[in-house]
Amino acid sequence: MDAIQQSLLEQVAGLHEIPAGAYNIRANGQMAARNTTANIDIITKEDRSGIDIRIRPGTKSESVHIPVVLSQSGLKESVYNDFFVGEGADVTIIAGCGIHNGGDAASEHSGIHRFYVDKNAKVRYVEKHYGAGDGSGERVMNPTTEIHLAAGASLEMETVQIKGIDSTKRVTSAEIEEGASLVIREKIMTHGRQYAETDFSVDVKGDDSSVNLISRSVAKEHSRQLFKSRITGNSRCHGHSECDAIIMDEASVSAIPELTANNIDANLIHEAAIGKIAGEQLMKLMTLGLTEKEAEEQIVNGFLK
Amino acid sequence: MLELQGICFSAEDESREVEILNDINLTIEDRFVAVTGPNGSGKSTLAKIIAGILTPTAGRILLDGVDITDLSITERANMGISFAFQQPVRFKGITVKELLSIAAGKDAGITEICEMLSEVGLCARDYVNREVNASLSGGELKRIEIAMIMARKTKVSIFDEPEAGIDLWSFQNLIRVFEKMHEETKGTILIISHQERILNIADRIILLSDGRISKTGSKEEVMPELLGCGQPCKTLTDKM
Repeated sequence: MDAIQQSLLEQVAGLHEIPAGAYNIRANGQMAARNTTANIDIITKEDRSGIDIRIRPGTKSESVHIPVVLSQSGLKESVYNDFFVGEGADVTIIAGCGIHNGGDAASEHSGIHRFYVDKNAKVRYVEKHYGAGDGSGERVMNPTTEIHLAAGASLEMETVQIKGIDSTKRVTSAEIEEGASLVIREKIMTHGRQYAETDFSVDVKGDDSSVNLISRSVAKEHSRQLFKSRITGNSRCHGHSECDAIIMDEASVSAIPELTANNIDANLIHEAAIGKIAGEQLMKLMTLGLTEKEAEEQIVNGFLK
Repeated sequence: MLELQGICFSAEDESREVEILNDINLTIEDRFVAVTGPNGSGKSTLAKIIAGILTPTAGRILLDGVDITDLSITERANMGISFAFQQPVRFKGITVKELLSIAAGKDAGITEICEMLSEVGLCARDYVNREVNASLSGGELKRIEIAMIMARKTKVSIFDEPEAGIDLWSFQNLIRVFEKMHEETKGTILIISHQERILNIADRIILLSDGRISKTGSKEEVMPELLGCGQPCKTLTDKM
């Protein structure tokens, strides 16, 4: 791996060196490194690009890192990764994609991640997106996440896209069985002429299940964002989605929530707020000695923390 | 020393100019100065003009002889003016520790934060990592607001109705806070208040009424005036 790839790896996975536990590092469309453990197996798919990650039932406190880095300008790839998390397991999965585009051709990564989480298993899934490079070629990422939670399972997903991705369309769908719970926290900041679209679609199927979608975003300069969320409650369940956006400069943000209750005991809530930084917040920080610019940064950083 | 020379302020209301302050002339160099007067008399406007949040339509403001009328909020803050808002502001994602660190102008350690918060009757353990968001009550925010001003240690500290929303934590403690602040800064503390117990500690009371200074002087001189000011109309007197 070269220095550019190393630095991308650090940004998306916080990795300075080879991680502990299972991992699969993909660089410029090729497998760069892999490690499996007694409980976690990683198998290359034969019919298409991607891997199967199989986690044995009952596996506790183990982690899987599957970062992807792209530094070759003009590379376009679609990767299919399937996660099979065995009954009662408790694991952390860290994915992430970094694109460094120093050329003029668009680089594009589409990761299609499917999670099959078995009964009572618990997953923490962290995903970071990052772009760098001074070429005029676009950096494009279109992650698709499909989540199946069996009875009593839980998945907590954190997704962060702070810098450098010109265009992204994130599609996340989930189905949730009895007593299972899904939490998704998303943080997005766009600038320049970037475009980011988020599309959540959750089918809450079993009794006593829940979903909580929390999106915080900042749109700067001429960037555009679209937030769509669709929650369907088919049972005695709780569904909550929240879109909270700060809009700055000439940016544009749309939020389109949709809630459908097909059961009298489905309890669904949506909250959306889009607005500029409150003038009084800036003023307060300025009375503490910050300049307007510093105050703005402080507010945005806090909001996306 | 803070000087206000011929300060006027008017705002537009349905395309009509409404005069809020009219020819305010003041020299403030005492320890504790209280500004009082009926609602709508222009007290908060006066405080915001000193802090730079509002720009006067006429008049000059001088801090230690330097004309600060055209300076920004930030520049005035850095020259030594602090302002505690009547209604403190909430920030999603910014913690009590971070806000107090900004106020103190340095990364404050846990011991320092504990010192600051205990002055306003809060235990650091419960608050240091709390976000200054909707989870804090109005009274808690108000105390944190006061702690921020204490942390700044500036030569002019302005408080806009510090007693509002302060609960069990008695006025006595609030007064102790002001006294301690003066010991440390040797500066001027300007308090907008309706509370008699706060007016009691003032070296000088300024009574505003209809945007003008109707009286300024010691408590003995101003209090009788205060009770008589803002004569109500007949409809109201009939009900009183």
